[in-house]
Amino acid sequence: MEGLAFYALCYLAAAVLAVIVSQRIGLGSVVGYIAAGVLIGPVFQISVAGSGYLEQFSEFGIIMMLFLIGLEIDPQMVWRLRDKLLGLGGLQVVATIAAVTAAGIGLSFSWQQSLLFGFVAALSSTAIVLQTLEEKGLLRSDGGQASFAVLLFQDLAVIPMLACIPLIAGSGHGASSGHGGAAVLADLPGWISAILTLAAVGVIVAAAHFLSRPVFRTIALLGLREVFTAAALLVVVGITVLMSAVGLSPALGAFLGGVVLANSEFKHELQNDIEPFKGLLLGLFFMTIGAKIDPAILLANWLTVAAATLGLIAIKALVLLPLAWFFRVRGPAGWLFTLGLAQAGEFGFVLLTIGEDRELLSSTTVSVSVLIITFSMVLTPLLFALSNRIVVMLEIRGPQHRDADQPEEGTVILAGVGRFGQIINRMLLADGYKPVVLDYRADVVDNVRKFGVKSFFGDAGRPDLLESAGLAHATLLIVAIDDPDRATEIVAYARRSNPGIQIIARAYDRLHHYKLADAGANHIVREMFDGSVQAAGMALESLGMHPYEVQKRKTVFVEQDTAGLSRMAGLVDVDTPAANNPDFVAGFNDIGKVIENAMMGYRSGYEEMVARGWNAPDASSIHVPRSVEPDRPS
Amino acid sequence: MRILVLFAHPAQRKSSINTAMAARARAVDGVTFVDLYAEYPRFSIDVDREQRRLIEHDVIVFQFPVFWYSTPALLKQWQDLVLEYGFAYGPQGKKLAGKLTLACITTGGSRSDYAEDGGNRRVVEHFLYPLEQTAILCGMEYLPPFVLYSANHLDDAGAQHHIQSYPRLLTALREERLDLSSVRLMPTFGSFDLTDLVRD
Repeated sequence: MEGLAFYALCYLAAAVLAVIVSQRIGLGSVVGYIAAGVLIGPVFQISVAGSGYLEQFSEFGIIMMLFLIGLEIDPQMVWRLRDKLLGLGGLQVVATIAAVTAAGIGLSFSWQQSLLFGFVAALSSTAIVLQTLEEKGLLRSDGGQASFAVLLFQDLAVIPMLACIPLIAGSGHGASSGHGGAAVLADLPGWISAILTLAAVGVIVAAAHFLSRPVFRTIALLGLREVFTAAALLVVVGITVLMSAVGLSPALGAFLGGVVLANSEFKHELQNDIEPFKGLLLGLFFMTIGAKIDPAILLANWLTVAAATLGLIAIKALVLLPLAWFFRVRGPAGWLFTLGLAQAGEFGFVLLTIGEDRELLSSTTVSVSVLIITFSMVLTPLLFALSNRIVVMLEIRGPQHRDADQPEEGTVILAGVGRFGQIINRMLLADGYKPVVLDYRADVVDNVRKFGVKSFFGDAGRPDLLESAGLAHATLLIVAIDDPDRATEIVAYARRSNPGIQIIARAYDRLHHYKLADAGANHIVREMFDGSVQAAGMALESLGMHPYEVQKRKTVFVEQDTAGLSRMAGLVDVDTPAANNPDFVAGFNDIGKVIENAMMGYRSGYEEMVARGWNAPDASSIHVPRSVEPDRPS
Repeated sequence: MRILVLFAHPAQRKSSINTAMAARARAVDGVTFVDLYAEYPRFSIDVDREQRRLIEHDVIVFQFPVFWYSTPALLKQWQDLVLEYGFAYGPQGKKLAGKLTLACITTGGSRSDYAEDGGNRRVVEHFLYPLEQTAILCGMEYLPPFVLYSANHLDDAGAQHHIQSYPRLLTALREERLDLSSVRLMPTFGSFDLTDLVRD
């Protein structure tokens, strides 16, 4: 126990420290984790005892990442990106493999080793690139979309690559990257194991499709957040165990499971629950990579490492740039794409590890390769900066591609689709807008989905959920939930996160109205106000007043009350209950004194406002100017 | 002169000429442009604000498409509410005296429809008599209307000519380059008359 706590302390401390420093310098979290690994391993020699166990554990990070990538796959988006995905992604992978393999053979490696290097080099770092693009708000730009398409193809290409390595390695050790129990099928005849393998994939697809929804809904109805989290982890771990048992890549299984669940209303919840685990475990994975770096090897081979890193980036860039041009990703978008994807990725570490297991590569070669990948990753922020610099230079020379890199048109997010939100939703739909709907009641979400509305289960008060619903790019957020404090928090968070967004919020009462205004809402609707005014109007009509007269009275009442509301904004102290704030009480009593007077029977002011413009003058006092001929047509 | 354009069009999504004219008018320096249907979608006109606007300007331009031989409903509501007794007329109501009014209208019917022997049995200015008399009762001068006929059946060139000439008219009014004495002699005028009416 003491040992475990000590390792946890070292790893967590190193991670927190190194990642903070690395983020501050602008190198991103991946580099920070690797640096933390270096601290633990080569520098302080702490990791040696525990790392073997941790390595296996950390591979869950990769599996979860693929699960999340699967979840992100929206069939419509994939269809829209199909050219770039297959064409750009496919050609990039094939061309890079060919170029690097040729270079490897030229440097007198065996063809198998060269091919493995090709595989490693063809993959870019999904973790670094996606995170950087998101941070810079470029994910939806042309360059960002092209990068995403290529990264997605690369992530898919990993799967055949993983399958390929044992083939090209011939009879190696056969040690799988394993999570135990890998060889359940080893003793069975080939055809049975093939059937069982297919059956395992079928089980994952079927279970994710048919079983997940009722199970998640049941858990969601329980209202226990941690059980939902446990269930989400269970999905990933279950897939891993099943796939390992039949000898397939757990990453492939997790990806498949993610794709099947991508359309589920629990998508955002799953994402949010898995995300932190993925982040930590992926961090752990990077740390184990860092821990394995041997300073002696680096010192002995620094020239090779430096040359190979630059060579790798050069080859990747030279493959990417013409492809980008050919696929019409040009100008700023083209440079972003080319330089952004020019590093090697985290899957390279996985491939190299398997290559070492299969005795395809010596441990020195693997160490040197790991260093090369790591340095290419460390250089990524510099490459992004370089692409920025190039864009600035292009702009100075000519503005022709100026507009190519703009993010897409934003969307509408509707938080809460209960009695209040439903009306908003229906009216928006009737006018052709498709809001992204969030609600924390699974049964409500379920019902709304039956009407074909894109709705998601989850508490809109959680910032991460709002972010995954697209807050950063949305043009309008409507906060229609009934919990006043929650609504205020959401408005405040959304305003901080996206200063340009329009926010319409539902207020519980006057005081809440001011809190929402303070938090940054653009438009505020008092939830009971309009309905009550309608009812008051009906009352007047029932008592015999002419309907148009009633309409005018309602209009004046609403205008006076609303004007009073904003007049009083200065008197409000949101921390003091309204009744205990003398200024507020005085102001309230002053609001539309006319209205109050009218209520108490002094009707003249209100009457006059209502009747304004239709007052008949004293007929004798109208003077038609003398000079005018009465019936002159002009 | 200070120009106020009161634009009234209830179906701007279907408009071909008026919204284009409005966009040009909006862009003319020194012209206050008011889209009445945008400011008062629920017909609850802010009488005080409208009266303040009238006082602050010398020329009141009513821009609207003719609906059923008259102004759109909101512009009638505007007249009913804003031109109050004691403000616009009556012994104490001289606040608008001396100002100019000009109706800039578009019609669906053609010039030959608007004739004694045409389908509408009257010339177009006759249909604007209520507006004219309202202006006169308020002590304002009513200029002959600036008219575009057949607004729904124009070719591009005709439409563009009218759209371009509208800001020219407003600018000329503002800079007092419109030959008012000639305008006063005409029953109506159109975009093709501006060449003669606008002094350089």
